[in-house]
Amino acid sequence: MGVAADSQFHVLAVDDSIIDRKLIERLLKTSSFQVTTVDSGSKALEFLGLHEEDDEIHNLNQPSVSPNINQEVEVNLIITDYCMPGMTGYDLLKKVKKSSSFKDIPVVIMSSENVPSRISRCLEEGAEEFFLKPVRLSDVNKLKPHMMRTKIKEIDHIDHQYNQEHEKHQEQNVLETKEDESTQQSNGNKRKSMEDGDLTRQNKTQIQWWPYCRFD
Amino acid sequence: MVSATQLQRQYAEYTTSLYHEGYLNDQFTQLQKLQDESDPDFLVGLVSVFIDDSKKLLDTLTTAFQQKTVDYKQVSLHVHRFKGSSSNIGAQRLMRVCVLFINYCKEKNLDGCLWCLQQANHEYILVRSKFKALFKLEKQILKAGGSIPMME
Repeated sequence: MGVAADSQFHVLAVDDSIIDRKLIERLLKTSSFQVTTVDSGSKALEFLGLHEEDDEIHNLNQPSVSPNINQEVEVNLIITDYCMPGMTGYDLLKKVKKSSSFKDIPVVIMSSENVPSRISRCLEEGAEEFFLKPVRLSDVNKLKPHMMRTKIKEIDHIDHQYNQEHEKHQEQNVLETKEDESTQQSNGNKRKSMEDGDLTRQNKTQIQWWPYCRFD
Repeated sequence: MVSATQLQRQYAEYTTSLYHEGYLNDQFTQLQKLQDESDPDFLVGLVSVFIDDSKKLLDTLTTAFQQKTVDYKQVSLHVHRFKGSSSNIGAQRLMRVCVLFINYCKEKNLDGCLWCLQQANHEYILVRSKFKALFKLEKQILKAGGSIPMME
């Protein structure tokens, strides 16, 4: 879309408080990200094109597609408030991570309360970061690496898919044994799932110390 | 006519006093830094939304305490939101009242809650007038051809 590399990154911000939405929007725009703000988890899911009930039916015909192909607008990161009426940020996180189409979109949680158990729960569920409010520019500066990593993964994935199809195509033209190609494919899958595991470990080591909080 | 320099000094003194008295804190400075040519009215706009939103919250809280049975959980959620927005604006005194308020809600302490509500109203009116005065000064400085001094 834009000329600058950063304008490619689109962040979906979710918060029920209008002031918080305006603030996060400003912070994200200052960092040259494209921003969409919504005021609830269900609106966020709607924006993504994910149905609240079940995403299995939605994705029946596309078993392993790159996350953003089904959306009209690509979302590179979701940043959400934890405490929201109805669907909490944690609920939203779980839904996104359970969805085969969107599980690779990095999710960041924001909260005004410093509750260690809450923080670890979110990180364990797959959140990339946990920001304490008020969110600062220094926090927002931590977002780009997560979005870039996902972009690289996407490119790898598309690359891998292309190779798979390319090989299948070759198979049809050659009267050789099919066993060799299928062995190649399973090795490729193993490599991808190993990378996934590494990334999760990497995220977990990003947990820094959290000051002890008196609110439980 | 008062010069830009005089107005700037007045502004700096006023802002410093607001910080000392706890009406504003560092978060407000952070917000000022976020304002630039692409969005020159960001802060005024945000404060305006805060003032409106806070008024609505206070009205909701007043209504909640007029009920026969007070729903402390609901009240707590509203105050929590109020605390969040105050914190985002840098309205420190208001935020502290909210903290106390939440604790009284947890204890279901009616007197404590009512006192906090009264304090919250009071602090709201005060911070609203402080913001008004601050932005009026800013307008005057800009009109006189000067720039807004930043707190460091």
